[in-house]
Amino acid sequence: MSSIYSDIILDYYRYPKNKGQITNPRIKAKDSNPLCGDVVEIQMQLDGDNRVSEIKFDGHGCAISQASASMLTELVKGKSLDEVRKIAKENVLELIGGELSAVRMKCALLSLKVLKTGVYTYLGSLEESKEEISNLS
Amino acid sequence: MQTSKSTPRPKERVSTLAFDVAKIREDFPILHRQVDGRTIAYLDNAATTQKPKQVIDTLVNYYTNYNANIHRGIYRISEEATAAHEAARAKIAQFINANSPQEIVFVRGTTEAINLVAQSWGRHNLGPGDGIILTQMEHHSNIVPWQLLCREKHSHLKYVGITDDGHLDGSDYQMQLENDGAKLVTVSHASNVLGTINPVREMIRDAHKHNSRVLVDAAQSVPHMPVDVQDLDCDFLAFSGHKMCGPTGIGVLYAKKELLDSMPPFHGGGEMIREVHMYESTWKDPPYKFEAGTTNIAGAIGLGAAVDYLNQIGMRKIRLYEQELTRYVLDSLSRIKGISIYGPRDPTQREAVVSFNVGDIHAHDMATLLDEDAICVRSGHHCAQPLMERLGVSATTRASFYLYNTEQEVDRLAESLERAKRVFKL
Repeated sequence: MSSIYSDIILDYYRYPKNKGQITNPRIKAKDSNPLCGDVVEIQMQLDGDNRVSEIKFDGHGCAISQASASMLTELVKGKSLDEVRKIAKENVLELIGGELSAVRMKCALLSLKVLKTGVYTYLGSLEESKEEISNLS
Repeated sequence: MQTSKSTPRPKERVSTLAFDVAKIREDFPILHRQVDGRTIAYLDNAATTQKPKQVIDTLVNYYTNYNANIHRGIYRISEEATAAHEAARAKIAQFINANSPQEIVFVRGTTEAINLVAQSWGRHNLGPGDGIILTQMEHHSNIVPWQLLCREKHSHLKYVGITDDGHLDGSDYQMQLENDGAKLVTVSHASNVLGTINPVREMIRDAHKHNSRVLVDAAQSVPHMPVDVQDLDCDFLAFSGHKMCGPTGIGVLYAKKELLDSMPPFHGGGEMIREVHMYESTWKDPPYKFEAGTTNIAGAIGLGAAVDYLNQIGMRKIRLYEQELTRYVLDSLSRIKGISIYGPRDPTQREAVVSFNVGDIHAHDMATLLDEDAICVRSGHHCAQPLMERLGVSATTRASFYLYNTEQEVDRLAESLERAKRVFKL
């Protein structure tokens, strides 16, 4: 049968784009998936118009969690925070392509959860966004 | 005898010829389940095992024909239920060669059994400065209850290390015993990650010389080999029904009668009392003292049926078959380039629980890839994070086998691992 592990996923797993750290990031968040042990941290820098001028992720774990984190950073770069807020889980799943089981969905969505936690914390609206964030896990 | 007309087997497997795995598979309806057009290969038996129709029918028969609360009902079906429940207890006592059914306490599973010992015997017997010896290969269920107890009693844990080939370090154990000793030694009979069978009989003998009591976590041994509690001379032994063809939610704590007599109750409630007054109560004799409330009646009766099922095949035969299967698994998997297999290499010193990693394929990705071929394995830390740290890995993939697994399923696993390598371009 066909595999969820496309060449694209493998490429992002082995040669991740935007992996590393930013010095003095404006936005920073980290979370783990206790079931799998996946860890993702996201750091961002903003320009004068509150657009994401720089973004990096760091972490370790399965190919799904790490590849999706890397893909997400590419999607986010250059976007305004308002646009970042609108990114939905469907956008991430589209990047990954293929069907995921419920358990593996958590791996795929970990980076989006971290991204949103960082952005909402920065905007001071984490409390009111709790439900949206918990729906990502 | 083997009835299939397949090619003759090599000579060394003669001992298992009497083991008719094809016939055994007929007893397990789920083994014929198809996923996406393929029959599943169920290789997650260390997590839970499948149920034969004999056990399923026993549960259905109980709920259909004599479901009633036990012990105090003065009517026919309650008496039938009580009799079946206590007959199951007697079968289990005989299965592990306990002195009497009174030494068999029904619990929810191994985890509850260990918590019972920690909270009842442990709280009653441990104090500040007392030690508990355990090992680096324990399941979380044989670590956390003792951490809770130590926090309360200001006692401390002493870990026996493991060698690079996945055995307990015997000299470390001796040193831990001699160095201030311990009130309790608690050890798994067989590791749920490495498959290692620990020399618990000798460990118990040595512990008793130092006046330590011993608890054996037999969750991975009682389902797979003959276990004789009198021969081991263990003080406590815990196991789960669902890992031995029985239902979930039922398990057993075996303890020596004099220990059960001396231990305070674990849970308070109905069924465990002799008399209740407004400010004090008296308890029933063991094992009922430890069985408060309505217990898992169907589960206990179902576990009795599982014991019948395993007995009718024979635990020695099951052990020998699984030993040969282990040899086949280790031979097949070690031919895969880039694989790291954890645990002892000698099938006589281990069970058919095989943990591994392949190249840079994360264990969860591996489980997903195998699932794409309808192969059911487990991946992760297997509730043994201290062991994962010792192995220097965050996770492993684990294939674990039981009496109904076949060499063909091992071949499917090996082929699928090769496919996983191709997908990951390894």
